[in-house]
Amino acid sequence: MTSLNARAALLSLLLFGLLLGIWHLATMNAGAASLATVAAPAMTPEQIEYARLMGKPVPADAGASTSPVTTKSGFPTLAQMGATVVHHLADPFYDKGPNDKGIGLQLAYSLGRVALGYVLAALVAIPLGFAIGMSPLIHRALDPFIQVLKPISPLAWMPLALYTIKDSAASGIFVIFICSVWPMLINTAFGVAGVRKEWLNVARTLEVRPLRRALEVILPAAAPTILTGMRISMGIAWLVIVAAEMLVGGTGIGYFVWNEWNNLSLPNVVFAILVIGLVGMTLDGLFARAQKAVTYAD
Amino acid sequence: MSDLRHDPYDADRPLLMRCACGRHGSEAEHARQLDRDQAVSTLRTRADAMDTTDIEAESNQFVEAALVKALFPQDALRRRFLRAVGRGSAMAAIGSVLPIAPLQAMAQERGALEKKDLKIGFIPITCATPLIMAHPLGFYAKQGLNVEVVKTAGWALIRDKMINKEYDATHFLSPMPLAISLGLGATATPMNVATIQNTNGQAITLAMKHKDRRDPKSWKGFKFAVPFEYSMHNFLLRYYVAEAGLDPDRDIQIRVVPPPEMVANLRAGNIDGFLGPDPFNQRAVFEEAGFIHILSKELWNGHPCCAFGTSTEFIQKHPNTFAALYRAVLTSAAMAREARNRELIAKVIAPQAYLNQPETVIAQVLTGKFADGLGNVRVVPDRADFDPIPWQSMAVWMLTQMKRWGYLKGDVNYRQIAEKVFLLTDAKKQMKALDQAVPDGAYPKFSVMGKTFDPAQPDAYVAGFAIKRA
Repeated sequence: MTSLNARAALLSLLLFGLLLGIWHLATMNAGAASLATVAAPAMTPEQIEYARLMGKPVPADAGASTSPVTTKSGFPTLAQMGATVVHHLADPFYDKGPNDKGIGLQLAYSLGRVALGYVLAALVAIPLGFAIGMSPLIHRALDPFIQVLKPISPLAWMPLALYTIKDSAASGIFVIFICSVWPMLINTAFGVAGVRKEWLNVARTLEVRPLRRALEVILPAAAPTILTGMRISMGIAWLVIVAAEMLVGGTGIGYFVWNEWNNLSLPNVVFAILVIGLVGMTLDGLFARAQKAVTYAD
Repeated sequence: MSDLRHDPYDADRPLLMRCACGRHGSEAEHARQLDRDQAVSTLRTRADAMDTTDIEAESNQFVEAALVKALFPQDALRRRFLRAVGRGSAMAAIGSVLPIAPLQAMAQERGALEKKDLKIGFIPITCATPLIMAHPLGFYAKQGLNVEVVKTAGWALIRDKMINKEYDATHFLSPMPLAISLGLGATATPMNVATIQNTNGQAITLAMKHKDRRDPKSWKGFKFAVPFEYSMHNFLLRYYVAEAGLDPDRDIQIRVVPPPEMVANLRAGNIDGFLGPDPFNQRAVFEEAGFIHILSKELWNGHPCCAFGTSTEFIQKHPNTFAALYRAVLTSAAMAREARNRELIAKVIAPQAYLNQPETVIAQVLTGKFADGLGNVRVVPDRADFDPIPWQSMAVWMLTQMKRWGYLKGDVNYRQIAEKVFLLTDAKKQMKALDQAVPDGAYPKFSVMGKTFDPAQPDAYVAGFAIKRA
C-alpha cells in the first residue's frame, strides 16, 4: 500500500515536471523573439518612435528602460509566472480602496459570499429534503419543480435576481443559494427515503416519537448521502462564485480575474486560476473528511 | 530578463526581496509609485492655482458693488460722493450702516451637504477620466465629499445599479439617461445628464487581417462590437456604414460586447472590428491585434460620448451634494482639457485601482501622439477631449438616431426630452461659479460626416436618410 502511494506521488511529480517543461518550451520562443529585436539593425527615428509607442524594446534606450516588454500581454514564461506568484503572496492583504485589494482579501470576500449562500441553501435543502424523503406524496408533488429548476445555469438567474432583489451583493448570494440547493436537496431526499425499513420498523415498535425518530434514526442513517450532496453543492457554489463575481464585480476572486482580463494580464489570470483550484481542493478535502467521519459499515 | 537586483551572489548590494521603503513588492514598483505621487502633487498644485481665492475675492467685490449700486442708483451721484469723502471713509461709512460682511459670507456659503458618503460607478475607459481623476487628485474631498469610485463590469450593470440606487451618481454613456428616462431597455426611471464626460476619444478598430479592406463598402458580412445598444458607438457605427450604403441591421452584424473583452475577441477572430472606447482601440494596436481604421473625431469632431449623471430623484433629495459633485467634476474636466496635464493624468489613472492599463497606452490616447497599428505615428492632439457642456442639440441628435433605427417608436417630442434630461442650465451655472468660460446657446448646429444637423428640424433629418428603420 505504501509503495503504491509512493509510486503515485512519484508519477504526480513527474507529470508536474513534464507540464512545467512543456510550458517552458512553449513560452521560450516569446522571450527569445523579444531579445532578437533588440539586436535588429539600425532604425529610422520614426521607426524608433513607433516601436517605443508599441512598447517594444528600442536599441537607443535599451539601458534606460527595459520594462515595457513585461507589460505586453501574452502567455507568461515560467520566470514571469514565478515573479507574479511571489508578488501576490508577498502582500496578500493590502487594501488600496475599493478597486485594488490583495488576493487574500479578495479570497475572503468570495469565501464569505459562498459561505452565506451555502448555509442558506443548507438550511432550506436539508429540512425540505427530509420532508420529501419521508413523504412520497410531497416527493411526487415537488419533483417536476425540482427537475425544471435544477438544470438552470447560475448566470441565467443573474438578470432576474438583479431586477427583483435590487441589490447586486444579495443577487450574488442568491445565485450561490439557488445553484447549491439542488444537489443537497436531492441527496437528502434520496438518503432519507433509502433508510432501511427494518430500522424504521424497530423505531415504530419502540414507539419512538417522530422528531426523535428523525434525529436519532434517519439522520445518522442518511448522513453519508446527505454529506455527499453537501460536498457536490460546495463544489458547485465555488464554481458559481467566480462567474457571479465576474458579472457583478466589486470584490472577490471573480472580480480579480475580470480586472486582470481587462488588462489582458495572463500571468495574473493564471495565478488566480491556480488559487481558485487550490481553494476548491481544500474545501472539497474538508467535506471528504466530514464524510469519512459519518460513514458507517452496515 | 535577468533582474540583477535579486542576484543573491552580489556582494555589493543587499539582497532585497522588496523595495527600500518596504511597502512595495520590488524596486520598480517603488519607483512607479514615486513617479505617480509626483504626478498627483503636480496636478494638485496646478488645480489649486486654477481656482479658489481670486474667485472668492471677486465674488466679495461683486456683492459690495451690488450694495453700493443700490445705495447710489445713479453712477454720477456715487462718483461725486466718493470724490467728496474719499474711498476709505466711504467704505467705512457704508460698512457701518450695511451688513456687507455677512452678505458676502452668505453669497459664499454653500448649503450644507445632505449626504457626504457617495458611491460613483465607472467603466474602466479613458472616457471616465474626469470622474476618476477627481478621486486621487482630491477634488471630491475638497468639496467635502467622501466619494468611492467603483469599477463596474458593464453598462447593463451600471443601469441596474443606478435604478437600484446602489450608486449615487455614475459614469453613463450619454444616450443611456435618455433611454432609461424613456423606459427603453429598462424600467422608466428619470435620469439626468449633469455634464458630458468626454468628447471624441473613440475609434473604429479593425483586425490586422483587414489591413487592405479600408473601404466600408467592402465590409459586407463583417461582425462588429459596440459597448451597448444605447451608445454613441452604436449610433456612430450605424451612421458610418449606412453612409457607405450598408444596412447595419442586414449587411453587418453588430454585437454588444463589454469594452475590456473587445481586444480579446478581436484577437480570437470572433469579431472583425469594433467601434469602441479608448484605451481599447490603442490597446488593440499595442497588442498587435488590430489597427485604428478611423478616429470617431473624423466622423463628427466634438461628438459627445460618455456623460456624468444621476437620477432625478437624487438631485431633488440632495441638491447641495449634487452641486458639490458638479463642481468637483467640472474642475476635473477643466484640468483634463489642458494639454500639458494629459501626460501626468495618464500616470494617475493607469494603475490597477482605476483603468489597469499600461501607462503608455493611456498616454498615447490622452496626448494624441499614437501608433496607429500600421507603422505610422500619428499626432492628433484632440483625439480625446473633455468638453463638459451637455448641449441639448446633442441629445436631440441621439434621439433622432434612436428613432432612425427603430429603438424609439411613434412621435417624439425631441426638445422636451432633451431639456428634461440634459441639465444644460445647471451645468452653465456651476461652470460660472467656478469662473470657467461658458458659451451661449443650447442648440448649436454641428456636422456629422459632412452633413449638417439642424436641431430645429429633427423629423426632417430622420426622413432625409436613405437607410433607416423608422
